[in-house]
Amino acid sequence: MHKDSIAGTLCVAAAVCVVCSVFVSTTAVMLKPLQDENKRLDMRKNILIAAGLYDEDSKKSEINSLFEQIDSKVIDLATGEYVDNVNPEEFDQRKAAKDPKQSKKIDSKEDIAGIKRRSDRRIVYFKRDGDKVERVILPVYGKGLWSTMYGFIALDSDLNTVKSFGFYDQAETPGLGGEVDSDKFKKNWVDKKAFDEQGAPVIAVIKGTVDKTNPNAVHQIDGISGATITCDGVSRLVQFWLGEKGYGKFLEKLQAEIDKG
Amino acid sequence: MDKIRSALFDPIFKNNPIALQVLGICSALAVTTQLQTTATMCVAVTIVLACSNFSISLIRNQIPSSIRMIVQMTIIASLVIIVDQVLKAYAYDTSKQLSVFVGLIITNCIIMGRAEAFAMKNGVVASTLDGIGNGIGYSIVLLSVGVIRELFGSGKLFGVTIMPLTTEGGWYEANGLMLLSPSAFFLIGCFIWVLRTWKTDQVEKEN
Repeated sequence: MHKDSIAGTLCVAAAVCVVCSVFVSTTAVMLKPLQDENKRLDMRKNILIAAGLYDEDSKKSEINSLFEQIDSKVIDLATGEYVDNVNPEEFDQRKAAKDPKQSKKIDSKEDIAGIKRRSDRRIVYFKRDGDKVERVILPVYGKGLWSTMYGFIALDSDLNTVKSFGFYDQAETPGLGGEVDSDKFKKNWVDKKAFDEQGAPVIAVIKGTVDKTNPNAVHQIDGISGATITCDGVSRLVQFWLGEKGYGKFLEKLQAEIDKG
Repeated sequence: MDKIRSALFDPIFKNNPIALQVLGICSALAVTTQLQTTATMCVAVTIVLACSNFSISLIRNQIPSSIRMIVQMTIIASLVIIVDQVLKAYAYDTSKQLSVFVGLIITNCIIMGRAEAFAMKNGVVASTLDGIGNGIGYSIVLLSVGVIRELFGSGKLFGVTIMPLTTEGGWYEANGLMLLSPSAFFLIGCFIWVLRTWKTDQVEKEN
């Protein structure tokens, strides 16, 4: 069978496809456990950074031992209550958001973060000092320009002051929207207040630089030039998750818990 | 033997993929802000080049001419996916910094260029060495650009502070241009200029 005949061409094409697929799939399957462990460590590292327990001098080997200081809990978003019979280590909230039995479709008018479905349950993380809550770390996500951005926002014990904000997974344009990862942008969020007097989540990234004399400046963060759509996405996803459709009910309950204790 | 030696050593200065063939410039701009990512990219591209030249040369007489380029691309793409998976497993933090640029190795013109220009017409040993040689040539340019950009852009080499920045209480005022992509263009231009001053036969004849 001559290689340039139709039969020959089809044979070579099939053979190349089979050999390549075998190599690629074998590699992917064999390396998956290592990759999953890397992802888990990376997620923990980001939670620790949000908690203020991990910085550039910390070592990767310390991640698991440092993480013992974090209290992870699964919560039900509708009631704001803890769900004690679900192990946070085994609960996959990304998968739950796609499962019709564990999530609900969000009305397009309320879906300001562009996530379409919302899991009924989420995991939240606490940094405690004895029995007192020092910080609560909330996983947030929403649509940017090109990608869905996943990150953490950490609130102080007053449940209003932002102590840390950043994304651990985003695929926005490097140099523009991708600058949401820059130290400068992330530092701007520290000590800003997320809610106004009425308790509505008003914190937002504005266009241009914040005018420090403006009374609303405490709710505003400097924009990134050339990344308007990404920054709007950031504002909307934070407002969604801090609002009624997100962790609103949970934060109400938590405030009551803190006030009592 | 001579052909083998020239396959390995020519692409370093005589026929450098970036400086003479002018291929693969895009990745040279994107990853050279830090030496850590530069070195990882160089190793990845060299491995893909060597393996793709090896595989394509191995089956060069069996590939029908009508699907020649598609077969080459399938092989190159598979190799890049494998390299990406290995990086995600063994060098997770670096792979996150490289993000899309590892996948973009598939589009790196050097790899397709050498497959067409060399691997399709030469034996397995010579082709593999040509792949390694071009990888080394690419690496030399990238590492030179990376050293200058990281040293003058952030005062560090491989993340180790050499010149403390003023923003961190030191004396060195970081050169912001070095952190932007155009600086890589300028540096590659300088590299080509220096190389052609040394090897004047690379200068194109005026028409």
